[in-house]
Amino acid sequence: MTVTSSRKLLVLAAIWAVLLLAPYWMAPLGGYTALATRVLVLGLAAMSVNFLLGFTGVLSFGHAAWFGLGAYGAGLTLKYLAPSTPLAVIAGMLLGGLCGALLGTLLVRRRGVYFAMVTIAFGQVFYYIAFQWSSLTGGDDGLRGFARQPLDFGLFKLDILTSADTFYYFVLFCFALAVGAMGFILRSPFGRTMIAIRENERRARFLGIPVERHIWIAFTLSCFFMGFAGALYALVNNFADPHGLHYSQSGDFVMMAVMGGMRSFWGPLLGAAVFVVLQDYLSSITVNWMSFVGLLFILVVLFFPRGLLGFFQRSKA
Amino acid sequence: MNVLEINNVTKRFGNLVAVRDVSLTVAKGELCAIIGPNGAGKTTFFNLISGYFPPTSGTIMFDGQDITRLSTHQRVSRGMARTFQITEIFPELTVFENVRIAAEVADGYRLRPWISRAEAGKIHHNVETALKLVALEAKAGRLVGELAHGDQRAAEIAMALALKPHLLLLDEPTAGMGDQETFQITQLVRRLHRNDQYSIVLIEHDMRVVFNLADRICVLDQGRMLAQGTPQQIAANEQVQAAYLGNAA
Repeated sequence: MTVTSSRKLLVLAAIWAVLLLAPYWMAPLGGYTALATRVLVLGLAAMSVNFLLGFTGVLSFGHAAWFGLGAYGAGLTLKYLAPSTPLAVIAGMLLGGLCGALLGTLLVRRRGVYFAMVTIAFGQVFYYIAFQWSSLTGGDDGLRGFARQPLDFGLFKLDILTSADTFYYFVLFCFALAVGAMGFILRSPFGRTMIAIRENERRARFLGIPVERHIWIAFTLSCFFMGFAGALYALVNNFADPHGLHYSQSGDFVMMAVMGGMRSFWGPLLGAAVFVVLQDYLSSITVNWMSFVGLLFILVVLFFPRGLLGFFQRSKA
Repeated sequence: MNVLEINNVTKRFGNLVAVRDVSLTVAKGELCAIIGPNGAGKTTFFNLISGYFPPTSGTIMFDGQDITRLSTHQRVSRGMARTFQITEIFPELTVFENVRIAAEVADGYRLRPWISRAEAGKIHHNVETALKLVALEAKAGRLVGELAHGDQRAAEIAMALALKPHLLLLDEPTAGMGDQETFQITQLVRRLHRNDQYSIVLIEHDMRVVFNLADRICVLDQGRMLAQGTPQQIAANEQVQAAYLGNAA
């Protein structure tokens, strides 16, 4: 018991050390800090998808909708309401989360493929709204004309706009908050009912768990995390576009989660890292970079069904 | 005092009448066995009691209150727990974790995003008590999916016990078991009934088990209640013999 828990602590410390030191080791390896920032944000999105997929056993194929809404929420706030980065992040999170909570009420009775299909349909509704409502969203060109603002703490300011490293640490801080909340929930009695539903829905029901209500809560929480990630994504690019809501984006998130290992907490972050780094590297060589990512995905699913991290964990044990 | 009172319950699926006008009362502390040939409607009857679907007509009273229209989880929170013919467990979790989920739901923590050390300690104690009742405390750390069939069934019963039920519904607790495991589960059910005074309704195919355990036996045949009585009365009942022999012939 103590051996495994101290090993877990060690792994956790290693993960955070790698993340904290990323700006220092990325550059010598041929990367750059902004790439690490993208990994964090997309990793958070993949972990949010996996909060539902890996720990409640519910596959949403339309989660990009809440991600995109988060991005638009943040962008629109910065552009029209207030030049405040924290406010933009909160607005994006609320927009994604509340829309998800609302539509979630219509979703929770569906299961499996039907749930996935309905989430795609809802996601596409938001995609077309963003696409068509040009006067507000900029339509196909995307929403421009906003930028993340320096963080004003009164006594001092943090320049997250021009300093890539400072911005990375701001995103890492946000990432830590969200991931900490996820981990906290998963270790709670509520989190254990999520896992119970994943493992055996009928048994969960006959233990007195109102399954639909619990799935709705898990879905809603996941949408809030997703909106949060989307808001950060708008800050990364100083830009939001309809593609962020498209179902192909949802597919990318599911792919990151499955590739990294959907039964493990950190797997989707690894999946996102592989995805983002491959995209960055391969897209400078070929426009067909996605076929290589797809090939890797197929290999992983065929040979490591538990994902990359699941494979590493097993070979260690 | 009756734990369960079922009055004239009928369940139709289209043209099929799976359960026809069945009544049953279970007294506190009683062990009532439901037997009957295949297709007699035993499992449908169980699903009606536990709220898997509502009856077409009739009423179900539990602890003196009408629960006919309550959902499964509402019935569970009032103290009704059941196990299944094919064991329903959380295979990738340990025995302890399986039972802990039940214990936390029973204490009303299911929506809680945190749990205090004192509360967790109490839950821990409740889990250990349930595991002791089914003699599974030595295997608490094992994954339930890796246990033998009999132990899995014992774990499922421990989950039901952790809900602190007033009524245990056991659907064929010895289904698919060899002699050794059948004996193990029979002894367990007997202990729960005799020593711990649980009220139990069980469905069972194995007649040795039924006549060994039951205070009262109810015979279902083609959806009807054919006979009720003590094991001696049922053994002597000609109608029952005919139903079983007719089925076998």
